[in-house]
Amino acid sequence: MSSRAEVEERVSFFRRYVFSVDHKMIAKQYLAIGLFWAVVGGLLAYLMRWQLAYPDTEVPGWGFIGPEFYNMLVTMHGTIMVFFVAMPILLGAFGNFLIPLMVGAQDMAFPRLNMLSVWTLALSSIVLLISFFIPGGAASAGWTGYPPLSAKPIYTGINWGLNLWILALALEFASFLMGGINFLTTPINLRAPGLSMFRLPLLVWMQMTAAILFMLSVGPLIAGAVMLLLDRVAGTSFYLPQGGGDPLLWQHLFWFFGHPEVYVILLPGLGIILEILPVFSRKSIFGYRPIIYSTIAAGMLSFTVWAHHQFISGMDPRLAMPFSLTTIIISVPFALIVFAMIATLWRGSISFPTPMLFALGTLAVFLIGGLTGIFNGSAPVDIYIHDTYFVVAHFHYTLFSALFFAGFAGLYFWFPKMFGRMMSEALGKLHFWLTFLLFNAVFIPMFFVGAGGMMRRIANPMQYEFLRPLQPINVSITIASILLLLAQLPFVLNFFWSLFAGQVAERNPWQANTLEWSAPSPPPHGNFETVPIVYRGPYEYSHPSVPEDWLPQDRPTMPTLRQSSGQAAAV
Amino acid sequence: MVSTYGGDIDSLMYLIYYIVGAWFLLTYGAIALFLILYRRREGRRATYIEGNSLREAAWILVPCLIVLVLDLWIDFRGGEVWAKVKRQRPPSDLRVQVTSKQFNWEMLYPGPDGQFETGDDLQLENELHVPVNKVVWVVLKSKDVIHSFFLPHLRLKQDAVPGRTIEAWFKATKPGRYEIPCAELCGFGHSGMNGWLIVHPADEYERWVKEQWPSS
Repeated sequence: MSSRAEVEERVSFFRRYVFSVDHKMIAKQYLAIGLFWAVVGGLLAYLMRWQLAYPDTEVPGWGFIGPEFYNMLVTMHGTIMVFFVAMPILLGAFGNFLIPLMVGAQDMAFPRLNMLSVWTLALSSIVLLISFFIPGGAASAGWTGYPPLSAKPIYTGINWGLNLWILALALEFASFLMGGINFLTTPINLRAPGLSMFRLPLLVWMQMTAAILFMLSVGPLIAGAVMLLLDRVAGTSFYLPQGGGDPLLWQHLFWFFGHPEVYVILLPGLGIILEILPVFSRKSIFGYRPIIYSTIAAGMLSFTVWAHHQFISGMDPRLAMPFSLTTIIISVPFALIVFAMIATLWRGSISFPTPMLFALGTLAVFLIGGLTGIFNGSAPVDIYIHDTYFVVAHFHYTLFSALFFAGFAGLYFWFPKMFGRMMSEALGKLHFWLTFLLFNAVFIPMFFVGAGGMMRRIANPMQYEFLRPLQPINVSITIASILLLLAQLPFVLNFFWSLFAGQVAERNPWQANTLEWSAPSPPPHGNFETVPIVYRGPYEYSHPSVPEDWLPQDRPTMPTLRQSSGQAAAV
Repeated sequence: MVSTYGGDIDSLMYLIYYIVGAWFLLTYGAIALFLILYRRREGRRATYIEGNSLREAAWILVPCLIVLVLDLWIDFRGGEVWAKVKRQRPPSDLRVQVTSKQFNWEMLYPGPDGQFETGDDLQLENELHVPVNKVVWVVLKSKDVIHSFFLPHLRLKQDAVPGRTIEAWFKATKPGRYEIPCAELCGFGHSGMNGWLIVHPADEYERWVKEQWPSS
C-alpha cells in the first residue's frame, strides 16, 4: 500500500491545483477569489469617494462618473464586499482550512461537495464579472435591491445587468449552502478521539453557528429572488402594486436573511480573534462556555430583529418597538463576548506580534461598531439617522472589523500553516498601524457627516444646501480612504515575498494548543501523520501542571507531571 | 429645534451617546490598562483562569446585566418618543398630499374645502408651504418606486411606498426654508431629488393662501 504522500506525488497538476478535493487547496482557492474581489471592491470605493469629494470631476485613472454609474458603484461595492469578499474569505478560506485541521480530520466530510461549492462560487463570480461588461452595465438598485426600483428595467435603465446580479447571488447562495453542509457535518462526525463538542476551538463553534444561520435564513431570500426575477422577466407582480403586489414583501424577505447574514460574517471573524487572543496572552479564553451559549443566543435572536431595517419603511408603526427591543437586547450576548475577550487579557502575559495587533484592532474597532449600533437600533433615533452616513459608518465598523481586521489577523496567524513560511513582522506591523489609523480617519468623520444628515447613496452632496458645510469633511474622508487603500501595499508585498522567500515555518511557531499546530506546516493532503488523540480543551495556556506556558490538546500528560502539579501550582 | 418632536429625538440621541460613551471609556480603559499591566515580562507567568465557574464568570455576567438594564432604559424612553412621532398624530390643521415620483415631490393642497380631488386643489412641484406652529399632516404616496420623505432639520423621515398611503405629521416651530431631500435610492436622479419646505409666520401664510385661492 502506498503512503498518502506517494499518492500525492502522482496526482496531476489539475487535480492538485484546480479541481482539488483537498480542503486546504480549496481554502486557498476561496482566498484567491476573495482577495481578487477585495481589490475590485476597493477600487469601486475609490471611485465613489472621489466622486463624493470632488463631484463631477474626472477621477484620476478612470474618467468621469455620472449619477447612473455612481449608483452602480454603490450597488456593486456592497454586493461584492458582503457576498464575494467577506463570505469567501471568512467562511470559504478560514472555515475550509481550519475546520478539518482543528477537529483532527483528514479532510471535510464531503470533499467532492466541497470542490463543487468553490467552483459554483467561481461560476457565480464569472457571472457577476460579466454583468459589468454587458450593455447598460451592472446592477444599480442598491445591494439591497429594493423593488419596485429593481423589479422593472425602466426604473433603473438596467436590464440584464440586474438579472445577472440575481443569478450570481443565487449561485453564491447555492455555493455556501453546499459549503455549509461540510461546515456542520465535519465537526459533528469527524472529530478526533477525545475531542468532545465542548473541547472544540471557539472558531469551529462560530463557523458552525454561522453555517446554521445561513441555512435557516437564506431560503426565504432565494424564494424572494426568484419572485424578483419573475417580476423582471416574466411579467409577474409580486412586488409591483399595479398588479396587486407589495414592495415591502421583498424588504421582509431580504432582511429576514440580511440580519442573520451579518452574523454569518461577524461570527467567523470573532472566532478568529477568540483563537488569537489566548495564544498571545498565554492565557485561557475567559468563559469558554458562556461564549458558546452567547453565540447561540445571539444566533437565535438574529432571526427576530430584521424589521429594524424597516422602522420608517411604512410597515405598521406598532411593530417598531418590539423589533427595537430585540435589536437592542441582542447587544447583551455580544457584550458578553467582548467582556470575555477583555477578561482574557487580564493577568495574561501579552506579546504583540502582527496577528495580535490585528486581533486587538478588531476588538477596538468592533466595539465602536457595536456601541454605535445602539443608536440605529433605537427606533426614534433611526427616524433621523436611517439611510444616512451614520449607518454607513456603523456597519463599516462592524463588518470591516470582522472582515479585514480579523481577516488579516487570521492570515498573519495561519500563514505559516497555510504556506509553510513566516510573514515579515516589520511589514506586518507597518501594515497594521497604517490600516488602523487610516481606517479610523475614514470612518469616524462619517459618523459626523451622518449626524449632520448626509444621505447614503447620493452622488453629489453639493446639490444640497444643508450638506455644503460638511464638504471639507467629505474631502478629508476621501483623502484618508485613498491612503487606506495604499496602506494595503505593504500587505501585498509581504504576502508574495513571504510566500517565496519567507523564513521557513516550524510546526508550531506561536506555541499554540489547537490541533492544526500538531500537523506539519503546510499539512500534506490528509493532514496528520497519525490521528491525533485529544486530552483536553483548546485553551490550556500557563496551566500550573506543566513548566511550559502551553499545553497542546493532543499532548498526553505524563504521570510525573501530574505528580508535580501541586508544586508547580505553588510556584 | 425646528419641530416639536425634534428635541425629543435629539435628547434620546444624547442619552444613548452618554451611555455608550461611558461604555467606550470603560472598555477602552480596561483594554489599555491590561495591555500595559500584563505585557510580557521575563519571569512572570500568566495566571491560569478559565472563567467558566459562576463565581469567575460573574466578572463578565454582572456587566452584561448592567448592559441589559441600560438597554431597557433606552428602549422605554425610545418607546415614548416613537409613539409621539409616529403613532399619536395630533388632529391636523392642514393636510397636504405629497406624491413622490422619479425625481420630484408633488405637493397637493386640498384648498379651502379641505377635500382632495376637488376643483379647488392646488398642485405645486417641490414646494411645501406651511404655517408655523400648526400641525401638518403629510399624506405620502408614490407613483413609481420607493422614495423617502426626509426633513433633516425637523427630524422626520418616512418612506413613500407605491401602493400605500402613509400619513406622517410635523409641527414646525421656526419659520424658514428647509430642504426636503429624498433619502431612499430611487434611480439615476436620486442625487439631487430635493424639495423645499417653507415655514411661514402666521400672517405671511395667510397672505400666501390669499394669493393661491383669491376667490375664497
